[in-house]
Amino acid sequence: MEMSIARDVFTILMVTAGAFFFLAGTIGLLRFPDTLTRLHALTKADNLGLGLVILGLLPWANGTLAGLKMIFIWLLVQFAGATVAQLIARAVRHGETQP
Amino acid sequence: MTVSLGLDIGLAILVLSVAVWTIAVREAFASVVGFVVYGLLLALVWVRLWAIDIALTEAAIGSGVTGALLLGAASRTRHAKAEPEALTLIVRLAVAVFCALITAGLAAIVFLLPEPAPTLAPDAAANLSTVGVGNPITAVLLAYRAFDTFLEKVVLLFALIGVWSLAADRNWGGAPALWQSPDRNGPLTFLGQILPPVGVVVAIYMLWTGADHPGGAFQASAMLAAMWMLTMIAGLTHVPRISSTGLRFTLVVGAAAFLLAGLAGFYFAGAFLAYPPGYSKALIIAIEVVMTISVAGTLVLLVAGPPERGERP
Repeated sequence: MEMSIARDVFTILMVTAGAFFFLAGTIGLLRFPDTLTRLHALTKADNLGLGLVILGLLPWANGTLAGLKMIFIWLLVQFAGATVAQLIARAVRHGETQP
Repeated sequence: MTVSLGLDIGLAILVLSVAVWTIAVREAFASVVGFVVYGLLLALVWVRLWAIDIALTEAAIGSGVTGALLLGAASRTRHAKAEPEALTLIVRLAVAVFCALITAGLAAIVFLLPEPAPTLAPDAAANLSTVGVGNPITAVLLAYRAFDTFLEKVVLLFALIGVWSLAADRNWGGAPALWQSPDRNGPLTFLGQILPPVGVVVAIYMLWTGADHPGGAFQASAMLAAMWMLTMIAGLTHVPRISSTGLRFTLVVGAAAFLLAGLAGFYFAGAFLAYPPGYSKALIIAIEVVMTISVAGTLVLLVAGPPERGERP
């Protein structure tokens, strides 16, 4: 019983923290003045937000394999997000040097 | 219950808003981005309706591949000089009226459905054991309605021939002019080296698990297509010439294998596309494997567009 309450509290805390980062990232995306700072806001939401949500959901995973799948999805999203952020940033810099 | 109802209503409002925005926005690129977001939200709607197979297909084909196609179209027409002719008020009104009629008709059909709604789902589920696969969607696609799926493959090939026929005569047989990254040490190269092995494994998994769980040939081929596309855009593999025999064989082998299996059905099971008892699962998987490769190739070449570089570069 106590274990299940502890698990619930852990999940609620982690998912709420993850949602907070997504919210902060979205506000940053809407409010920041230029592409590079907006990218900065967005990548935080991806990495920390999704990471915390998945961490919070891990105790509910249907077995070890399902938990590993969720972690793997987080890693893939991080990898793709980091690459796309690099590409967008390079495109911005390229655009600045060649107006 | 109320939480999930709130979630559903919020999702529905979001989908409708993005749909309206996609139509209303004036810039083609922004509209395509809206369309991709719309497709991903629609995939969530399918998940809420517990239609995981359709959600996967919507995300992979509806949003992913179609999004890439539209992005290509938007960038090709970006420098087009000609202003589109403004429609007269009467034409606009007529379009609006007909669209409203179609929407009203669809809404009426949904609301007037008899209770319980007519469905073949119990029959599809009851006969699963004779097909030998556990996923009723796969059974419908490759056994009950296999002829439809076969024709879809042929339609895809015709679509590709349609795209190719846009090529100028001097470019016939050449390679599509796909944008390739000039930076051989950039992040795209890294992604193109690391991601494809992962993607290929995921595609094989989706194909294999599709027999008994959500997944299947279409989702797998979209994944393979994305991986091949990535390596080409990263400059790691060259864009094939459309006159290449190997390429053309890859494109038609799926439909050809389907046709051969169908004709063999006459001899072994007494009807076109009938599977002999006991061999159906093995045959379905075999057809799906070949089909996945063909569809992946077709999707990539549809996105790559007509050949724009001549036979001799």
